[in-house]
Amino acid sequence: MNDIVSLSEAWANLRPDLRLIADFIPTGVRVLDLGCGDGELLEFLVRQKGVKGRGIELSEAGVLACVRRGLSVRQGNLQEGLADYPDHSFDFTVLSQTLPFLDDPEMILGEMLRVGHKAVVSFPNWGYWRCRLYLLITGRIPQAPDLPQSWHQKPRWQAFTITDFARFCRQTGIAIVQQAYLDGGRPMRVPKFTNLLSTTGVFVLARTST
Amino acid sequence: MENERSSADGIGVVETQYYTFAEQAPFVLESGATLSPVTIAYETYGALNEQHSNAVLVCHALSGSAHAAGLDAQGQPGWWDDCIGPGKAFDTDRFFVICCNVLGSCYGSTGPSSINPATGQPYGLRFPVVTIGDMVRSQLAVIEHLGIPKLLTVVGGSMGGMQALEWAARYPERICSAIPLATTARSSPMLIAFSEVGRQAIYADPNWQYGDYYSNGKRPDAGLAVARMIGHITYLSEESMHKKFGRRLQGRERFGYEFETEFQVESYLRYKGHAFTRRFDANSYLYITKALDYFDLTRDPLRPEGAPISLVQAFSRARHVKFLVVSFTSDWLYPSYHSREIVSALTAAGADVTYLDIQSSWGHDAFLLEVETMTRLLSSFMDRIAQEEGVALPPLRPVEEAPREAARPGIARENEAWAS
Repeated sequence: MNDIVSLSEAWANLRPDLRLIADFIPTGVRVLDLGCGDGELLEFLVRQKGVKGRGIELSEAGVLACVRRGLSVRQGNLQEGLADYPDHSFDFTVLSQTLPFLDDPEMILGEMLRVGHKAVVSFPNWGYWRCRLYLLITGRIPQAPDLPQSWHQKPRWQAFTITDFARFCRQTGIAIVQQAYLDGGRPMRVPKFTNLLSTTGVFVLARTST
Repeated sequence: MENERSSADGIGVVETQYYTFAEQAPFVLESGATLSPVTIAYETYGALNEQHSNAVLVCHALSGSAHAAGLDAQGQPGWWDDCIGPGKAFDTDRFFVICCNVLGSCYGSTGPSSINPATGQPYGLRFPVVTIGDMVRSQLAVIEHLGIPKLLTVVGGSMGGMQALEWAARYPERICSAIPLATTARSSPMLIAFSEVGRQAIYADPNWQYGDYYSNGKRPDAGLAVARMIGHITYLSEESMHKKFGRRLQGRERFGYEFETEFQVESYLRYKGHAFTRRFDANSYLYITKALDYFDLTRDPLRPEGAPISLVQAFSRARHVKFLVVSFTSDWLYPSYHSREIVSALTAAGADVTYLDIQSSWGHDAFLLEVETMTRLLSSFMDRIAQEEGVALPPLRPVEEAPREAARPGIARENEAWAS
């Protein structure tokens, strides 16, 4: 098989937000990817970063695609929590572009930080200036950047902004230890006015030390 | 895909082999009873590599035999020929595949129809009751006889899945991975209930004669056929019965208002029940269903009277084993939540587990009928395991993507000799 791809090449092939997540994850750690889809990120982490990776995915097609990539993935529903996983059995838990679809963000983030030492979360930012302008001018709810569904389509999403998320973390005892932002498909070099200028936020979370 | 061989050239004709052991020291069963000697019928496909590291043990279900793949002397294909062979999920160009007939069966392994050396007559009900654990220990003897220190994988569906789980719980050091399909870690009361109804049908047949029917030519065929008919109902789903038979009548236009076989579903069940009596032994049916009923991984075999252990404890030594667990959405005999229970316990035990609940309308039989999805899953998983375990293997052939015609029942696939 000719699937020997250089690290930089494989990195460049990743979806932009997944590149930022991959950058936050050190080599050789244990990673649980929640809602891992077709396994794009997990495969990169396993092959290129020597990570011990596991995934959870709801769709049959997603699980099949992951198994095709040689990954270890369980079919399961995140809304049911991660009860089977022992405390701190992973170094990192990952949730990419899935948070707006989950009913109970506090539960899932709590579970992520119970099962993992750290959690990496990425989500589309409805605070992006184009979204604000869209609502102001058209009077209609904007679709999130990089999220093709309208408000009425399945799966249903709940809009929130980077500022909302930061407040929520403070209130629930979660510390944001690292962060990165995308503007369109590009990482923001100088993150200023991020809630206005970024389309996607990526955050590394940890429990506030008690 | 020019280097891909057509699956038609398959394995070819295979011969069942026999291994006899426990001739001096008897084989002690879980019940405490003993058996001597023990013969296990088995078949092998492919070649064992130099390191003896490419062995795959395939475990059959209730009525299966060691003939899992290739053709027998009569030209009959094995019960899992769809998945075993050159270029198939268990690629015999890469793996050495073994299938053993279970202890208590009637296809060459020691069972109630074998000759009891103490009397020179068939055992009948004097044959000791065996368990899934006993079956697995007899397989272990065969594996050791073949010089295999550790299996690359052990795979099976239904009762075969129970054996795979038993291997993982009791002999985790002997396996790298396990693939339990459409199975459970503990027989449910409903499963026991269906077993018992099947057994009652056999007991009620006067020809059964308390199991001593081998000499006088009267066999409890009617009872065994009813048992099999009940079994077949549990292997289907309401939806698959609608698809397969509907309310269609067999060979007639209108109701006859009489007690003849009228509906297609009746005709199917009668045919299957009758066909089964030609190939299976009623006493073996009793013994194997009993083994199914006893299966419970939360019962500690060392302290059977003690408090049950949790499934997590049962798998506590299997954390290094890689699992592929598969269930099917319409399987009501071994419902998906039984598999999810296994997956939860394995996750909590720290094992590496891949799980999929495959969307299917074929009921319990789906594990043999969803060939396309199963081939994709199994071959990818086997590829990964072989790679991770460092098994030196020839390069993988491109996997066939197109669904095979024979993958749908009612079209070409009426060979249901394997079912549960």
